[in-house]
Amino acid sequence: MNPANPAPAIEVRNLLYSYTTDKVLRFPDLHVNKGGQCLLLGESGSGKTTLLHLIGGLLKPGQGMIRIGDTDITKLSEHKLDHFRGQHIGFVFQKNHLITALTVKKNLLMAPFLAGVSHDEARVQTVLQELGLAEKANADVRQLSHGQAQRVAIARAVLNKPDVILADEPTSALDDKNCDRVIELLLSVAKQNQSTLLIATHDQRLKSKIAQQIIL
Amino acid sequence: MNLFILVWNYLKARPLNTVLNIVLLSLGIAVITILLLFNNQLQQKISENARGIDLVVGAKGSPLQLILCNIFHIDFPTGNIKLSEAEKVARNRLVKKAIPMALGDSYNGYRIIGTTQAYPAIYGAEIAQGEWWQKNMEVTIGANVADVLQLKLGDGFTSQHGLTQDGHAHDEQKFVVKGILKRSNSVLDNLILTNVESIWLVHEVHHETDGQHEEEKHEAHGEADHDHAHDADFKPSSLIPSVAAGDSIKEITSLLVQYRSPMGAIQMPRWVNGQSSLQAASPAFETARLFSILGVGVDILKGFAYVLIFISALSIFIALYNSLKERKYDLAIMRSMGAARSTLVVTILMEGSVLTLMGSAIGLLFGHGVLQVMSVFVEETQKAGISGIVFYPEEWIILVGSLLLGLLCAIIPAVQAYRTDISKVLAGNG
Ligand SMILES: Nc1ncnc2c1ncn2[C@@H]1O[C@H](COP(=O)(O)OP(=O)(O)OP(=O)(O)O)[C@@H](O)[C@H]1O
Ligand SMILES: [Mg+2]
Repeated sequence: MNPANPAPAIEVRNLLYSYTTDKVLRFPDLHVNKGGQCLLLGESGSGKTTLLHLIGGLLKPGQGMIRIGDTDITKLSEHKLDHFRGQHIGFVFQKNHLITALTVKKNLLMAPFLAGVSHDEARVQTVLQELGLAEKANADVRQLSHGQAQRVAIARAVLNKPDVILADEPTSALDDKNCDRVIELLLSVAKQNQSTLLIATHDQRLKSKIAQQIIL
Repeated sequence: MNLFILVWNYLKARPLNTVLNIVLLSLGIAVITILLLFNNQLQQKISENARGIDLVVGAKGSPLQLILCNIFHIDFPTGNIKLSEAEKVARNRLVKKAIPMALGDSYNGYRIIGTTQAYPAIYGAEIAQGEWWQKNMEVTIGANVADVLQLKLGDGFTSQHGLTQDGHAHDEQKFVVKGILKRSNSVLDNLILTNVESIWLVHEVHHETDGQHEEEKHEAHGEADHDHAHDADFKPSSLIPSVAAGDSIKEITSLLVQYRSPMGAIQMPRWVNGQSSLQAASPAFETARLFSILGVGVDILKGFAYVLIFISALSIFIALYNSLKERKYDLAIMRSMGAARSTLVVTILMEGSVLTLMGSAIGLLFGHGVLQVMSVFVEETQKAGISGIVFYPEEWIILVGSLLLGLLCAIIPAVQAYRTDISKVLAGNG
């Protein structure tokens, strides 16, 4: 590997997916460097979410190759894929989908537990600190504001130091000020954890924040 | 973090629902437990108390009453039989052992039994303090009698006529405690034992001083006449040696019979019942009949308990099924964090079985507790020797059964969890 052409963290080639037999979604090839950031743009219904789910192994492609680091995830069995996802990929969704029965800290601890890695108390504290959630560790997630809940979701996604963070419309429902704050936060935690960041959005406000952009 | 903490938090997040389900199930299980403990102990006590007694011969009346009165000492006597007739039964070649019983007096609710030492020997009774009764008006008392009435060796008391506490007092004759029995967990624990002559003695005095109580001829009484013990041609009775054989006046309440051979069971009852004034009752047969009568009540209670358990199972199923709708996001997010489908299935199954296991554990504890409280505060339960701190292997079946019930309730929700289309749910159109 030479520095001018570093190893890709995400590589997608010749990818096809069809929800129904009569319609096939074709995706452009994609190449994101390790530690890099990429924006996935496109009209509503263009397939952004679908591509993100394919890369995250939540969907099985009809055809094509998806590499995360050195692994072609299309070749993994379902069980191996679950395990791989837990260890290497962190998700952030538009709706933050926290588990309401659990406290903030227990929500975070689900990530290492489900990924099958041992949890590290110091790491949990660091991440909570980074995202300004230190006092909220034992709070009921139903009592958080929308912005706080979004930060908990981001904390959960980065806790295992994933190679790749996949974010689906993380800012669409936010006003300009909060949109700015969340995107800065995502960029900074991704950098701190040396994670590659891929954001799917139709939010034009993000265009100025990330250079690499792919339009579906 | 582990699955149990997760499941526990889910249960805590719906406290009313969880408590309702646990209460419903534990009530059902408690009823089953109480029935199990009560029934088992009662059957055990009954068979222990009836062991070694093949036949009870007494006056005509209800055979069940004859058994209840003379073996378990809970019902009233059916009447008296002539000693001479009892001797005839005892002489039958099929009879190995015949023990006379004379009932009719009590002390503070505890029955005084006139008998021979062959009676406590049936139960393998042993003396804890003092010795066996020898002379008239000496008694050897059961462990409960000594405990509850605070009787010590050498204490004297007067009996009450009849088997209840409000009987007319026999003030003239005092019984003396000669010995206290070791606890045998049999009816002996609640009895005061003496010889048959003593019973006759207190009733003879009663007869002379209190003639108007003629109607109480249910109880054993007759005219004692000790003088003939010195007659030249005196032949002692085989049952009560101080009385002449063939005495035509003396009466006893019943005769406990042990057979010499199994042939006895076939021939004796018919032969005894053929005698005009006698009746034979088989403890084995009568207790089986008693249990089939009790069985109806037990079955009704059991049915009630099963209805409770069924309702709680249904309620657990509905709770899990409904919670799954809200929880499909949780399940999808768990998959996105690396959980396998099987992990989701285990989570749901665990939730069902934790609920039912808790319900049944609480139900078992509750059942034991209720019975223990009853055994302390309810005299009948105490006398019957029924305790709440007895455990039966069937309780494992209850625990395992409720675990299976929990799994059963959770199986459809678990299959749903298994089938969750995570991508669809997370895309927001699931
Ligand atoms: N479960 C599904 N079954 C059938 N078709 C689907 C399903 N999910 C998505 N589609 C279709 O696939 C296409 C891509 O959908 P996708 O959700 O990836 O778009 P998107 O770019 O994320 O849109 P948006 O910006 O609205 O989120 C759309 O035409 C959509 O109608
Ligand atoms: Mg989308």
